Amino acid sequence: MVFFIYDKTFEGLLTALFHAYNRRVFPDRLLQESEPLPLFCEEVFTVVTDGTLADRVWRGAERLLSAHFLNGITSCWLSEQSHVDELLFRYLRKVFDSQGKSVFNMRDADVAEMSRLWKKVNNEASRVIQFARFQKTADDIYFAATAPVYNVLPLTMDYFTDRFADQHWLVYDVKRQYGYYYDGQKAEEVRFGQDTEFLASGILPDELLAKDELLYQTLWQTYFRSIAIKERLNPRLHRQELPARFWPYLTEKRKH
Amino acid sequence: MREEVLKKLQVLAESAKYDVSCASSGVGRKHRDGAVGSAAGWGICHSFAEDGRCISLLKIMLTNYCMFDCAYCINRVSNDIPRATLSVTELVELTMEFYRRNYIEGLFLSSGVVRNADYTMERLVRVVKDLRTVHHFNGYIHLKSIPGASQELVNEAGRYADRMSVNIEIPNEQSLKRLAPDKNFQSVFTPMRYIQQGALQAAEERKRFRFAPRFAPAGQSTQMIVGATPDSDRDILRLSSALYQRPTMKRVYYSGYIHVNTYDTRLPALPQAPLVRENRLYQADWLLRFYQFKVDEIVDDTYPNLDLEIDPKLSWALRHPELFPVDVNKADYELLLRVPGIGVKSAKLILLSRRYGLLTSEQLKKMGVVWKKAQYFVVCRELPLSTVQELTPEVVRRLLVKKPSSDSRQLILPFDD
Repeated sequence: MVFFIYDKTFEGLLTALFHAYNRRVFPDRLLQESEPLPLFCEEVFTVVTDGTLADRVWRGAERLLSAHFLNGITSCWLSEQSHVDELLFRYLRKVFDSQGKSVFNMRDADVAEMSRLWKKVNNEASRVIQFARFQKTADDIYFAATAPVYNVLPLTMDYFTDRFADQHWLVYDVKRQYGYYYDGQKAEEVRFGQDTEFLASGILPDELLAKDELLYQTLWQTYFRSIAIKERLNPRLHRQELPARFWPYLTEKRKH
Repeated sequence: MREEVLKKLQVLAESAKYDVSCASSGVGRKHRDGAVGSAAGWGICHSFAEDGRCISLLKIMLTNYCMFDCAYCINRVSNDIPRATLSVTELVELTMEFYRRNYIEGLFLSSGVVRNADYTMERLVRVVKDLRTVHHFNGYIHLKSIPGASQELVNEAGRYADRMSVNIEIPNEQSLKRLAPDKNFQSVFTPMRYIQQGALQAAEERKRFRFAPRFAPAGQSTQMIVGATPDSDRDILRLSSALYQRPTMKRVYYSGYIHVNTYDTRLPALPQAPLVRENRLYQADWLLRFYQFKVDEIVDDTYPNLDLEIDPKLSWALRHPELFPVDVNKADYELLLRVPGIGVKSAKLILLSRRYGLLTSEQLKKMGVVWKKAQYFVVCRELPLSTVQELTPEVVRRLLVKKPSSDSRQLILPFDD
């Protein structure tokens, strides 16, 4: 079997594709440096990530695919699943071999699997958009924390920068410990030290909040309770639509 | 913003909750400099209430004082419930602050009728005008039009609102007059026509002048109560289908009747809202809008009501076994849509994928086809299983409605009572 060793970055993956086509040798597995080599190893090739080569491969894909499918590829990469690099490698190889025609072939197991993953990542991104709840701080910054299953924050930035363009806000991924801060001009990635407690819990302490913030939170909780029709309560549907993993960050579901 | 608003919000949300519509779709607007917010064309649900319904808009009434006495309504004048009225500033502030915190997509505003239709409508228009022109709110606004409001006010409202609606509530004029003595079909359909005229006129003007103002760009919707009157599903769906023929009608909502005014003997005392029937009506509605069904194919004089055990599409397929099984590798889009278990998305995927080779059942399942249902109605690359032709519709029906017992190893002895 043939193994490629690379650094588990997206550019590394594209570089690996370049070398595979260049050498006419396609790997059976993609491994990281630290992983132990499996048995029956015939050939090992170490890919050195190269921005220009990666760019060349990506431009090749851009020539064959519409922006929609290119988004799909990056979305799948953001899922951070352990097998996603090998899946995308096979997917892109089929794209290049079929001159871009393979993307509609749902008979193909890799194309079907990629579409499934793409859909899951997209759904998670929409849930972050739906269920982000801003808390207004005393210095007029709107803060929202979330902990999505996949690394979808980059996919939600179009929505947040467009909708809240006249606010200063911070959307923070508690699980991956990074966020985006928008200062009225553009959103930039920010990372903080481990020391702040509210970044871990996603709930700001009362002394940091703006004057009316707690009142609005209470208003929203009251509204949330009043709008439900008691005769039609459906806890199962409720949990299905509003997954419990978002509850700690939802104003209306948080217990005070 | 004072604490008393909390009480008002509670009262007015309780009064507004029986309105079904909460869609924020149909209009996409980017952020503009100096304005607040945007509108997403596909609509976003920001939360889900404990009854499982989506919360997309701040659904609230301006006031729940009402001089009408509609038997089915919680806010009727003869009901002794807490009443409240929000001021324009309070409502505007609530909307803006909720919106900035990503709680909502916008506002769904309705009102009880005070003094007369025009007076109430004018107050509603003042709120949305204030939101749009003074506070530059760029989010979604759904405005209920008051039955009997004048054309001038409807025209003004349409310039600020994204979607407008007038609720029919009762699909039959005699029943409507009996239950809601202050309303008739004319008072409902006239504002509906005004909205349609306004929208068509604005569309015409926009063809000539690019920056002509838009009029309710997300169209209009309406709502019917199900189960409060003896009307059959055929009457309801025929009315829906006729409404969908109109150019601006985007959605008809169905609301399972909840027996709120228990003292009123004109209404049936249902122990539970007819949720299954409501669900079947929505399924039939989808068949009308997305599956190219005609209303007479779903319900007719022989079958005036929808089957509660199976969905309307399956029910249609079982009544027409002569069309099945369908070969997924050959059938055209219209026929694929008629197969139970194949939806719009999977039908389109089938069309795209079968150019590369014949499809197997495993691949169909991966595309999202509900194989449990579809297996009796299709043939694919494999040898055909027993389809509806071999099994007869009665057997297929029995196979599909059969509830799996909780534990198949458990012996069940069927004793008669």
